[in-house]
Amino acid sequence: MLGRWAPGPGWGVLLALLLALGELPRARGVEEEPGDAHGGTQGFQVVTFKWHHVQDPYIIALWILVASLAKIGFHLSHKVTSVVPESALLIVLGLLLGGIVLAADHIASFSLTPTVFFFYLLPPIVLDAGYFMPNRLFFGNLGTILLYAVIGTVWNAATTGLSLYGVFLSGLMGDLNIGLLDFLLFGSLIAAVDPVAVLAVFEEVHVNEVLFIIVFGESLLNDAVTVVLYNVFESFVTLGGDKVTGVDCVKGIVSFFVVSLGGTLVGIVFAFLLSLVTRFTKHVRIIEPGFVFVLSYLSYLTSEMLSLSAILAITFCGICCQKYVKANISEQSATTVRYTMKMLASGAETIIFMFLGISAVDPLIWKWNTAFVLLTLLFISVYRAIGVILQTWILNRYRMVQLEIIDQVVMCYGGLRGAVAYALVVLLDENKVKEKNLFVSTTIIVIFFTVIFQGLTIKPLVQWLKVKRSEQRDPKLNEKLHGRAFDHILSAIEDISGQIGHNYLRDKWSNFDRKFLSKILMRRSAQKSRDRILNVFHELNLKDAISYVAEGERRGSLAFIRSPSTDNMVNVDFSTPRPSTVEASVSYLLRENVSAVRLDMQSLEQRRQSIRDAEDMITHHTLQQYLYKPRQEYKHLYSRHGLTADEDEKQDTEIFHRTMRKRLESFKSAKLGINPHKKAAKLLKRDRAQKRRNSSIPNGKLPIVSSLQDFTIKEKDLELSDTEEAPNYDDEMSGGIEFLANIAQDTATDSPSGDTGSDAPLTGRSSPPAVEKPPRARASSPAPSSPAPPSPVQAPPTPRSSAPAAPPEP
Amino acid sequence: MGSRASTLLRDEELEEIKKETGFSHSQITRLYSRFTSLDKGENGTLSREDFQRIPELAINPLGDRIINAFFPEGEDQVNFRGFMRTLAHFRPIEDNEKSKDVNGPEPLNSRSNKLHFAFRLYDLDKDDKISRDELLQVLRMMVGVNISDEQLGSIADRTIQEADQDGDSAISFTEFVKMDNH
Repeated sequence: MLGRWAPGPGWGVLLALLLALGELPRARGVEEEPGDAHGGTQGFQVVTFKWHHVQDPYIIALWILVASLAKIGFHLSHKVTSVVPESALLIVLGLLLGGIVLAADHIASFSLTPTVFFFYLLPPIVLDAGYFMPNRLFFGNLGTILLYAVIGTVWNAATTGLSLYGVFLSGLMGDLNIGLLDFLLFGSLIAAVDPVAVLAVFEEVHVNEVLFIIVFGESLLNDAVTVVLYNVFESFVTLGGDKVTGVDCVKGIVSFFVVSLGGTLVGIVFAFLLSLVTRFTKHVRIIEPGFVFVLSYLSYLTSEMLSLSAILAITFCGICCQKYVKANISEQSATTVRYTMKMLASGAETIIFMFLGISAVDPLIWKWNTAFVLLTLLFISVYRAIGVILQTWILNRYRMVQLEIIDQVVMCYGGLRGAVAYALVVLLDENKVKEKNLFVSTTIIVIFFTVIFQGLTIKPLVQWLKVKRSEQRDPKLNEKLHGRAFDHILSAIEDISGQIGHNYLRDKWSNFDRKFLSKILMRRSAQKSRDRILNVFHELNLKDAISYVAEGERRGSLAFIRSPSTDNMVNVDFSTPRPSTVEASVSYLLRENVSAVRLDMQSLEQRRQSIRDAEDMITHHTLQQYLYKPRQEYKHLYSRHGLTADEDEKQDTEIFHRTMRKRLESFKSAKLGINPHKKAAKLLKRDRAQKRRNSSIPNGKLPIVSSLQDFTIKEKDLELSDTEEAPNYDDEMSGGIEFLANIAQDTATDSPSGDTGSDAPLTGRSSPPAVEKPPRARASSPAPSSPAPPSPVQAPPTPRSSAPAAPPEP
Repeated sequence: MGSRASTLLRDEELEEIKKETGFSHSQITRLYSRFTSLDKGENGTLSREDFQRIPELAINPLGDRIINAFFPEGEDQVNFRGFMRTLAHFRPIEDNEKSKDVNGPEPLNSRSNKLHFAFRLYDLDKDDKISRDELLQVLRMMVGVNISDEQLGSIADRTIQEADQDGDSAISFTEFVKMDNH
């Protein structure tokens, strides 16, 4: 493994730098003296070594550099990074570096201070989480998440604290200067699941989206609980155990609500401000991204100032401003924001883990108490497991989609503790909490254990569980095929039955949003285009279309909706079908869960005997490679380190276009009777003759339609001040594009003609009155005659004839 | 929209559906509200377009076929009963059901009914056999564009060979069931 690393010169430089770093503080002292001593006599110095001058920013920059170089170093060996989570590697590196610094300097000069952590390192990570949060999924599972975050954390804290106290009373821990309140305080800070650590690990383990959002949401939202519990117990400890009254306890409970709701409110207020500001930044595009970061950071600091939950504030700021900011700012700014956020978050995470390692190497803080440490580890695991099981049992009675055993295992096992706990414990006041060092060292051990051990083993555990549940026998082709078909069926049924419920609330919200919020917060042009779409798609119930786009954007799976910007590879892929199957096979194979591949190998071995076996093998492999994956398997919703579109979008586009093509053909064949192809061809030609048009949905991009190069969606009066460069796709026009083209055209024209497409002239293509014609009138007429859908089919005949009469203005 | 839902579903109907499908009261109410939210025409039935409006189905390879499965033979509208009946195939099997009346009609979500549902998805011409062509069509739907027709054909052939026991080069329902017997 080491052989594959080629870091030689890099590491050498690094070590040299660090040693120099250790020497410098002393050198600095030495340097000044000669200066002072000879200051008077030396006169003008041409060059001086002003270390002291730059010391602080230099060291900071140097550490950031070290952390980043370390990341490069890790990824040199793919084998290592696929087994060991990056966070674990960083901690180990931190330990090493800490050791070096200690050896060089004999004091631990660097550690993760709570100030730095809470003010500079944590906000970017949480903002990143909030900004990229899949809103629909989050709010759909909000009840579950809140239950785990609030009740679960309180349960963990209480049971851990009390159990430790109980053990202490039994004398097992020896002689310690702690009281009940100290234990409860410790329990509260060690109980919380850490968002940084959870994300770092969950990225490597691909779990289904519901599970992911639950654990992720829990780790974010439990901050309020942690903050409250921590503050409450700390003030209790300050007061002294005897002086705590019932009133104080009640105040504690009240403060929970105040802290959490207050923090959320602050976040929402800042999100509102941010969206409002971005509405007016048309002429200052260059600094647009800055607003996002500054205002979000201010929300964090404001909340911190008011002693509310800062994490909740910045999370909700990100969650709420997503939609409007993305609608308002230009495409380039959006990309900048995305990349910068990812960079900051990723960098902060790296530094945090590295410093966790470094801070551990400090002889002053270590106090070891075997019983305490081991019992803490035991209790947090056991109580988390119990808590999860109990809560899941309760939740499963109310949820449509049940949480299975494997989900629960992942939830228990994925409850990692991280830097938040460390920062909180370091914040403790030594005079009030006498055994602070014990707490600190235990916290460090717990963090290392969960991050390293649990992080390392969670992936194999999940795979083992999945394998255990699936077939052990050699799967035949049939089984693979039908199994996959079943998965698709199940996904579809889930979607049909609307597993994410509360449609009523969501409808209400989107109404409110459309009527009020968007008017205030969204740029006029974005609104207009949205309104235009509203009219045009009125019959199709635009809220479906918008949420469809939002879904696609959220998931990233329909990223071709967005822009031709660089992170959007799907368009390129689509227009030139990739001939290389080798790439696809490798990535697909890697993506497949281990069980499938492993069993595939088994089948290989068993049937190696004859030629037929070779054929079999090929068949199996081919099928394995090329079968589309069902929704649950491939959705990586949130990725700290990755922004690029991936294979799955390709799958989605393929399926989507195929589906739309088929639907369109079935519409056409039903409606147009004899010559569907001719008419379709004519339609195609006419469309090609038209000019390309900017389109409509927020950010100036109508999803699929924009990719239709010659198609216009009647945006000619639309004052889009930032005309996006719609991509110039190849001539291949897919059915999906046509389909939407037809729909849009038809509904825009909205002629009262009947099924067979009369030559009624276009009535004001862009005028609202045309659109207001009752859709149902037309819908009902075709209904008896065929299974085709109401409006869209009339599109081909009608505009075709009238197009020459009313050419669209550019 | 939410308040409409519960009032329009009469209690007797609810009971009947409950008996027929085995869903619980709250599940039925929830599914009814989903049904009404899908029903844009507000006429108490769903058409194919209503289903097609669900965006996730557009990117599901078997989406359209599954939609068709909701509609009884030759019809274009499905009412709530039909909707529930189809969904009932996928209700998770609960433990307390297993011990129920063995002689009664098989619950809708039994294993064999689930398999029958899947079988019907493949078997378009309803001759109770999955012919090579039908299998080919399904395969083509489920597989990416990078696979050639010959390869697909050979996969289909091999699949039929594996399953076929009575030598008619097609998969009958019994063979299908045997194949998926875990």
